[in-house]
Amino acid sequence: MKARVTVTLKSGILDPQGKAIEGALKSLGVDGVASVRQGKVFDIEFAATDKAKAEAALKAAADKLLANTVIENYRVEVLS
Amino acid sequence: MKSAVLVFPGINRERDMARALKLASGNETAMVWHAETALPKGTDLVVVPGGFSYGDYLRCGAIAARAPVMDAVRDFAASGGLVLGVCNGFQILCESGLLPGVLMRNAGLKFVCRDVHMRIERSDTPFTRGYNAGQVIRVPVAHGEGNYEADEETLKRLEGDGRVLYRYCSAEGVVDEASNFNGAAHSIAGIVNERGNVLGMMPHPENHVEEIMGCTDGRGLFAGLVQQFDKAA
Repeated sequence: MKARVTVTLKSGILDPQGKAIEGALKSLGVDGVASVRQGKVFDIEFAATDKAKAEAALKAAADKLLANTVIENYRVEVLS
Repeated sequence: MKSAVLVFPGINRERDMARALKLASGNETAMVWHAETALPKGTDLVVVPGGFSYGDYLRCGAIAARAPVMDAVRDFAASGGLVLGVCNGFQILCESGLLPGVLMRNAGLKFVCRDVHMRIERSDTPFTRGYNAGQVIRVPVAHGEGNYEADEETLKRLEGDGRVLYRYCSAEGVVDEASNFNGAAHSIAGIVNERGNVLGMMPHPENHVEEIMGCTDGRGLFAGLVQQFDKAA
């Protein structure tokens, strides 16, 4: 079973890396970029096939390690 | 003073720290591997040194903060033991929940490696008793993620309780934007936890303790800690 955890900075948290990427996109002439926030994606494979258990495990993984909940939000998805 | 320095893969300042501690206390320092589940008996001070634990993977200090030895450090801190985290050590203490807030990418996005000045905000703590309040010392920094941030509520509490022990400043002791090279909230260079027994700081006092280093301004921190235990004993 495949799953994905997406970690993003909370709104209001300064994101200097996002700002630098935003600047680079603008200087490349990519049209219409208003702002960029960068984050992380974790693709995780589970041996088991119980969706509820996988979601609980992913939530624990995000809370314990993948995200720093002081500054980051996360989203958990079981893909298949 | 019996001190223990934690060692994680990727840490690189542990020997500098052990040397500074020995110079101040006269005692050998225990080096404690991250997989240990207990600290040496009779430990007075635990130091989480600087470096790049686990190559800064995921987030600086994130993986080290979950190492087995950190449970022992949490227990030690809960019982009032003194814990000092420097640079990556500060990041590890924040990630482990022993200190509030987080160390973000430097505002200028650059790794900064040079001497800076910091002001000692108060002298009545175990970590600052070797200095006078308001004293300005020169210390090296070497980090890419030292921009201390916390929510408004936390910052208010840190300031209200006098838990900001060190602040970046000019050579004259003026706290301003120009001297706040990494963009830290309130120019914060070092803070303590609520109980005052866990300190995290970005600068490296251990690298300014001998004449050959060109500056000995960092000695006061270690001398103060040693005094603390001499007094207790």
